[in-house]
Formats: sequence, structure tokens, C-alpha cells
Amino acid sequence: MSAPAEAVVDAKRAAEMGLSGEEYERLTGLLGRTPSLTELGITSALWSEHCSYKSSKVHLKNFPTSGAHVLQGPGENAGVVDVGHGWVAVFKMESHNHPSFIEPYQGAATGVGGILRDVFTMGARPIALLDSLRFGELDAPRMRSLIDGVVRGIGTYGNCVGIPTVGGETGFHRSYNGNILVNAFALGIARRERIFKARAAGVGNPILYAGSRTGRDGIHGATMASDSFDAESEKKRPTVQVGDPFTEKVLLEACLEAMRTGAIVAIQDMGAAGLTSSTFEMASRGGVGFRLDLDRVPLREPGLSAYEIMLSESQERMVIVAQRGKQEAVTRVFQRWGLEVATIGEVTAGGRAEIRRGGRIEAAMAIAPLTDQAPVYHRPAAPPADLARRQAPPEVPVPDDPGAALARLLATPELASKEWVWRQYDHTVRTSTVVGPGGDAAVLLLKGTPTGLALTSDVNPVYCGLDPRAGGRQAVAEAVRNLACVGAEPVGLTDCLNFGNPENPEIMWQLRECVLGMAEACRALAVPVVSGNVSLYNETEGRSILPTPTVAMVGVVPDLGDTPEAHFVRAGDRVILLGEDRDEHGGSAYLRWLHGIEQGRPPAVDLDAEGRLARLLRALTGQSLLHAAHDLSEGGLAVALAEATFGARVGARVAVPLGAAALFSESQARALIACSPAHADRVLEHAQRAGVPAREIGETGGDRLEIAFDGGRLEAEVAALHRTWSRALPEALGL
Amino acid sequence: MRCGVVVFPGSNCDHDVYHVLKHVLDQEVRFLWHDEPRLHGSELVVLPGGWSYGDYLRGGALAALSPVMGAVREHAERGGLVLGICNGFQVLTEAKLLPGALRPNRGQRFECRDVYLRVERADTPFTREYAAGQVLRMPIAHGEGNYEHFPYELDRLERDRLVALRYVAPDGALADEWNVNGSARAIAGLANAGGNVFGLMPHPERCAEEVLGNSDGLALFAGAVRGAAQLAGAGR
Repeated sequence: MSAPAEAVVDAKRAAEMGLSGEEYERLTGLLGRTPSLTELGITSALWSEHCSYKSSKVHLKNFPTSGAHVLQGPGENAGVVDVGHGWVAVFKMESHNHPSFIEPYQGAATGVGGILRDVFTMGARPIALLDSLRFGELDAPRMRSLIDGVVRGIGTYGNCVGIPTVGGETGFHRSYNGNILVNAFALGIARRERIFKARAAGVGNPILYAGSRTGRDGIHGATMASDSFDAESEKKRPTVQVGDPFTEKVLLEACLEAMRTGAIVAIQDMGAAGLTSSTFEMASRGGVGFRLDLDRVPLREPGLSAYEIMLSESQERMVIVAQRGKQEAVTRVFQRWGLEVATIGEVTAGGRAEIRRGGRIEAAMAIAPLTDQAPVYHRPAAPPADLARRQAPPEVPVPDDPGAALARLLATPELASKEWVWRQYDHTVRTSTVVGPGGDAAVLLLKGTPTGLALTSDVNPVYCGLDPRAGGRQAVAEAVRNLACVGAEPVGLTDCLNFGNPENPEIMWQLRECVLGMAEACRALAVPVVSGNVSLYNETEGRSILPTPTVAMVGVVPDLGDTPEAHFVRAGDRVILLGEDRDEHGGSAYLRWLHGIEQGRPPAVDLDAEGRLARLLRALTGQSLLHAAHDLSEGGLAVALAEATFGARVGARVAVPLGAAALFSESQARALIACSPAHADRVLEHAQRAGVPAREIGETGGDRLEIAFDGGRLEAEVAALHRTWSRALPEALGL
Repeated sequence: MRCGVVVFPGSNCDHDVYHVLKHVLDQEVRFLWHDEPRLHGSELVVLPGGWSYGDYLRGGALAALSPVMGAVREHAERGGLVLGICNGFQVLTEAKLLPGALRPNRGQRFECRDVYLRVERADTPFTREYAAGQVLRMPIAHGEGNYEHFPYELDRLERDRLVALRYVAPDGALADEWNVNGSARAIAGLANAGGNVFGLMPHPERCAEEVLGNSDGLALFAGAVRGAAQLAGAGR
């Protein structure tokens, strides 16, 4: 979307940039004149869904955002939470869905780059990444190459910068055939008193530009990310940014070093909408104005227009407000690291932006009306007409051979081992990874303390599709449960709300209901939302993705000495099932993958029961009573038991008073634990006092998994199941 | 014991090596900036993992020509101890301080996982704390760790006993499926003829503390520190 200098500015041009007729009128009204092309470009970026949250804002207000540990909630580049010993955790998750579908390798890579900058721009050193990925059916067009490209892109970027990718999730559903999801999460740590913010201040303070030069890549990426896909999307390939992880690594070190000079007032990365959003947002937060001379911006090639410079999304760039007279100290650091650095403007009084190029004023506008007073929409929301049919209780076929059903489930891409994915990510660099990918939650050592940080990302889009309120609740509850399995207490969450077209009332209903469900669970389980991102228009040719509100949650393990494994570690341990089975199959993996049924109400989420279970797991872990703890989720008890035997190839023999189908029920608030026989009574007593149903179901040992159920017996060799499970994904991908 | 950890702009295991030397082994450590041809009296020099200068050409190709490497070369020629880990091993081969080259992994993908190593030589300063034949578990994380050299050179390496570590199965036997990057002769680590320059693809610094579930790598640093102290004591 390069713009000729003489381009006419009118409503038609505005519409091409994604502004509605009403929004264009609003802009001309604000200015009292026809905007220049640069002004129109700036406004369309700032008012894009991606930057302004105009359709989601009214609903996001429902999230609880404060708490005892929260130092910074939503509104900055990332959330900040106190994790003890003088340390804070800084984290956020963001989507890079649209770019990754157009160009998977660069799209995913720059998604990682962008989220890392959001974290180190706040003065934190990134120490971990998670990736939540959703792909379509493997046989859908381009799908295998999309998967390969995304995984390579994430790996190349994170590995080179040297930040371990310690977890995440990879799911599959046909609704993502034409619109995959790439949600990247980063967490950094900083000393509590050394957090930096993106709030410009100090009239006369210079504005510095540091990092890569500006080129024509990614122009109007934020607007592209706020549009849906069609056959024309291929033409948008030039709007995908190109990443350079080596420059990111150097920029990271230079920024952290420059922050130690004491000369930085405010700093923000140039992410979506590049120089536009970084300068306008910083000025808006600080209630000041700014003047920019674009002739001083380091360019990759000469001849870029003001419009192109303001809208470029070239990667690995930062904007810094330095203290007047001290900017040399900052400049020297960037030069030492071999990076471009230039003074491109200054902070002014009066809240206006003035942008020059070639001696001409290309934009002159008041800032607040474009940022704080961006359009906000109360879009209509309505449940789908066929909701009752979708939620009607499904017929649940009873498996003739539950052992065969289990093996088939473990061979689906959804439940198969994801080791093929995470072995391509460096998950041990930085030497803090205590529990890496493949468990319930990753655990990182907070060096110099006994404390661990636990991370997980969760959502079940099928549940959200069948009942968005319950699905939203479940995503938060499962994350809390996963953290509890490693003994961690949640301190905050970030989310990535991926939905279809908000102009469709059904989609708006999904969004509203998911948010309400999440908010309910956050309140009940005391987890504040400290940052997040909304990605709308995830649809292709009118077909929307399943509602996918990805939750990434951070928890604290007070003492790492006691962390149980997610799998059985020794023979002779007692196996105890916590929670209650209610034979719930709506949206279950069993129905969906083995019988093609996606119907019914998803499992009920009892938030009180979830709270009791999480408290119990943390208490048991804190007293070193557990050898293993693993939550029950997709695939139910049978899959959880199988997974628990894989880690150390320790079998188990259990008996449960359940029918064959119930082995695959996905009732919530359940977990499997294993402890030494000497501790079993104490564990059961604890459970009783905590009000958590607990039943000793058997013991570990041997090389087989044996489950006696009502009317039969499931028997399988652990080695054979493990082979099926571990080879399924690479074999299905044929890579 | 003065240790130096070289920092190229794209090094990303520099802090990890520093941590082990300083906080686990309680040694004096400083970072050595790539742009300066000085080692500041370091007796043990470590080239850490990472992407030295981006390595878009070949791992370590540019780093081999950097100012600091001139000083490292002199140090090595005087018999000083030099350890290259992962990217540092690549730099040492590119600088011809160790023979051979590291090509993209056989599977053409980055591999991050635990591997098993058999100690072939326990008489270098870096392996002296191990027993010959001992099997170690160590993480790898690389895309280009596939060791290669001409066949007659490989024969010479074997004859001169320069191969210090080999990829093996957990029981210590050679097995192709455990040679995960496809290295010639399953070579994971090499020493020079003097034993004072040592390179390996696996990351001993990532398995040097019990809290991480594995401390098999600690003895490599402990041996190097002791070896360097002896060299210093001999007043070379």
C-alpha cells in the first residue's frame, strides 16, 4: 500500500486504509479540514482494531486487573507482578495470526521478536517464551508447510536471541484451516525498583530512535491485522515484516545497558504501527506533545515518504525519550553495540504532534483525540440461532475396546506428543529451566532464590465454541490447575483473545461471553489480568475460527525443593484420583476425534471446587508429599494415566468404578497424584479436610498400564503406547 | 584463578558460563569484549554459545577474524587453556585452533535435547575429573553441530587421540540413532594435540547444578579451573 505523493485524500481512500465513513467524518471533524495523507495513515493505524481495541474495550473492562502483587496492569507494554525477593515478573502475550498465515516463517519469528521487545522495553531481561499455536486439519491446503514454517520461525528467532521457549500448546481444528493462530508469550524479570515505562515527559527532552533502519516492510501491518482474509490476501505479503534476531539480541543488551545510565525518561518499542503508535502512545500517556523531523530517521533506502516512515513496521526498533543534556550517554551505548541511533525530535508542551519531512509539515494534529478518544463500539451481540441444537446432549458411543480407543486418541495430532515441535526450540539456555516443555506447567528457577516461576498457557476452543461462557471459565481454571500441579500459586495472567469478525453479532456474543466467563473465574480464583491482546477478524471467506481466548498464567513456587513430576517416577507409589467424575462428554476429545461429534455442553466448571483442588495440590506439594501430580484435561482419566506412565516408563495398575466411556470423560477440577504408601493416609486426610473428593485407585509399577473399570479391563504395554504417542505427530506431518 | 568469558554481540550463553565459574565454582571471572584484543590476564578463556555475529554465513566464520580471537590464538599457542562450547566450538574450528568443521545437523533441524557422551580421553585438563569410558548426560541445542572432516584427517584425529567425547547410547555403546546430528565418527568434543584447546557441541554449563536435575557438566569446568591453576603454578 505505498502511497503516491499526490494521492487524493477522501472517504474512499480512508476506506482503503480501513476507516469507516463515520470514522473518516470524525477525523475531518476533529481536524476541521481534510487530513493529509500522512495524517490519514496515522489515524487509520491508531484507530485500527489492533491498536485501539474499539470493539472489545467495553467488554475488557470486566476483567479484574488489580491485586496485592500487581504493580502494573493493562495499559503499558506489559504487565508487572511482584514475585518476591525484590524481583518482579514482566509479561505479556500477543497474536501474530495474520502475518503467520501469509508468511509463516517471518510471521511467527517477528511475533516472537515483538513480544520480547514489549518485555525488555520495560527494563526486564526476558527469561522465557511460550507459544500457543492453533493449526487446521493436516490435509488442508498449505497446512504442513504452515506448521513447519511457524515452528522454524519461532525456533530461529528465540534460539538466536537466547531466550528459552519452555512451553505452550499446539492444537488442531478445521476452523483454523484458513486462519492459523500464533500467540507468543514472553516473561522477563527485573528488580522491583528498576521498571521503565513508556510515558513521555519533560518538555525539551530529546526523542531518540535506536535499532534497525526503517524500510518499506510491514507498512500498514496493524490495519492488515484488523482485516479478514480472502483470495486477495496473498497480495498482502509485503505487509509482513522481516525479522533479524541477531539485531534483536544486540538491541536487547543495548537497551538494558542504556537503562543503567539513568538518562532514559521513557522507552517503547516500535511494534504494530511502528513509529506512529510508539510516539503517539508515549505522548498520550504523559499528556505531552512532540515534534519529529523524519529527515533524521535512519532509512534503509532513500526516498521514503512521511507516510511510509510513520507506518513502516520494520522490526527491532525503539523510541526513547532521554533527559536533555544526557542523551550522549545513551547514544554511546547503542553505538558501542553497533546499532543506529539518532535524535529525531523532542517533547513539546500542548499535546500536539508535529511531523516534518523535507522541511514540510506532513502532520499536525492533537494527540489525545486520536488515542484516548478513539472510537469505541458497543457492537450488537446475539447467540447463534442453532445454539440449542449445538448444546443438545450428544449420543456417547461406548467403546468396544477402550484400549484401542486410547491408542487411537494418543495418535491424534491433538493428543500426541509435541516433542517434535519443542525439540526445535532451545528450552535450556539461561540455565534456569527446572521443568521444561511437556509437563503441566513449565518451572523456572529465580536464580539466587529458592523460588520458582511457573508458566502455562491454556484454552479449549471447542468448549468455547459450544458454550463461550463456560469455555472462558474453563481456560482460567485449567491454567490454575496446571500451576497447582507444580505447587505454584497464580499471581497474574495475560491473554490473547482470538475471534472472528466483530461486526457479526454471533462473534461479538462469543467475545462477550468468553470475557465474562474468564472474568468470573479470575475473580473466584483471585488471578488478576495484567496485560493482553485482542485479535479480531480471524476469518477466511466468511468462515470464522472457533472462539479462542488463550490464557497464559504465571505462578510462584515458594520453594523448588518440592516440585513433583507430571509423571510417575517410581514403582510402588499409591495413585490417587482427586475430584469427581460426572461423565461429561460435550466437546470431548473422545467424541470429536473418534466419532466426529462436536456437540453438547462442555464440562461444568465449579470454580469453588477448582479453588479447593488448587489449594490442596499446593499444600501437598509444599509438604513434599507428592512424587507426581498431573491434571486431567482433554481425553480424561485414560489419557492422563497414559501420559503419567510415559515420562519415566513406569506403569500402573488401577481400578475405577466407571463405565468404559467415562474413562474419557472430561469433567473438570480433577487431578491424578502419586505418593509413597507411607504418605497415602496423610494425603487422603488432607483431601478430606480440604473438601476435595479423593480416591485411592491403585499403584504404580511394571511396564503395563492396566485400568479395571465397570464391565471390563483396559490393558496396554507402556512402551507400545509411548511409541504410538511419540511418533504420531512427525509421522502425520511427513516431515 | 582468573577466567575470561568472551562476549560477541550475539553470544547468548555468556551469562550461563559466567554463572557456573563465578557462583558455582567461586572463581574470579570477567567478560572479554569481542572488539578488544586483550584477555586481561585470563588463565582460562571460554568461548560461549550463541550466534557470535548473527552467523548468517556460517557459525563462527566472522568471529574467527575478530580482534579478541587474535589474543585467544596467542594464549592458546602459549599453552593457555581455551574452551569452546557450541558456537565457541564452531569459532575454534573456523579459527583453525581445532581441526574440522561443523555442518548443519543431519536432520536439517535445530535439536534441543539431552544426549549421552562417552569420555574417550580423561587426560586433558577439561576431562581429567572424569574417568575414561564414563558416560555423561548433557543437553545440546544447535542447528549446526554435525562434525565433519576429510576421512584421512579423521583417521589422523583417531590416531593422535584428539577425540575426547563421542555421542553414544545411554549404555555407552555407539549407536547411529544417538548420534543425533550425524557427526563423523560420532565426534562431540575434541582437544588439540597439546590438550589445552578443547571444543564441544553439548553444553556442560547447562548441567552444572543439581537444581536443574543434572550436574554431569560441572566436572568439566572444575577440571579446567584446576588445570589452569596448575599451569599458572608451574610458572609457564
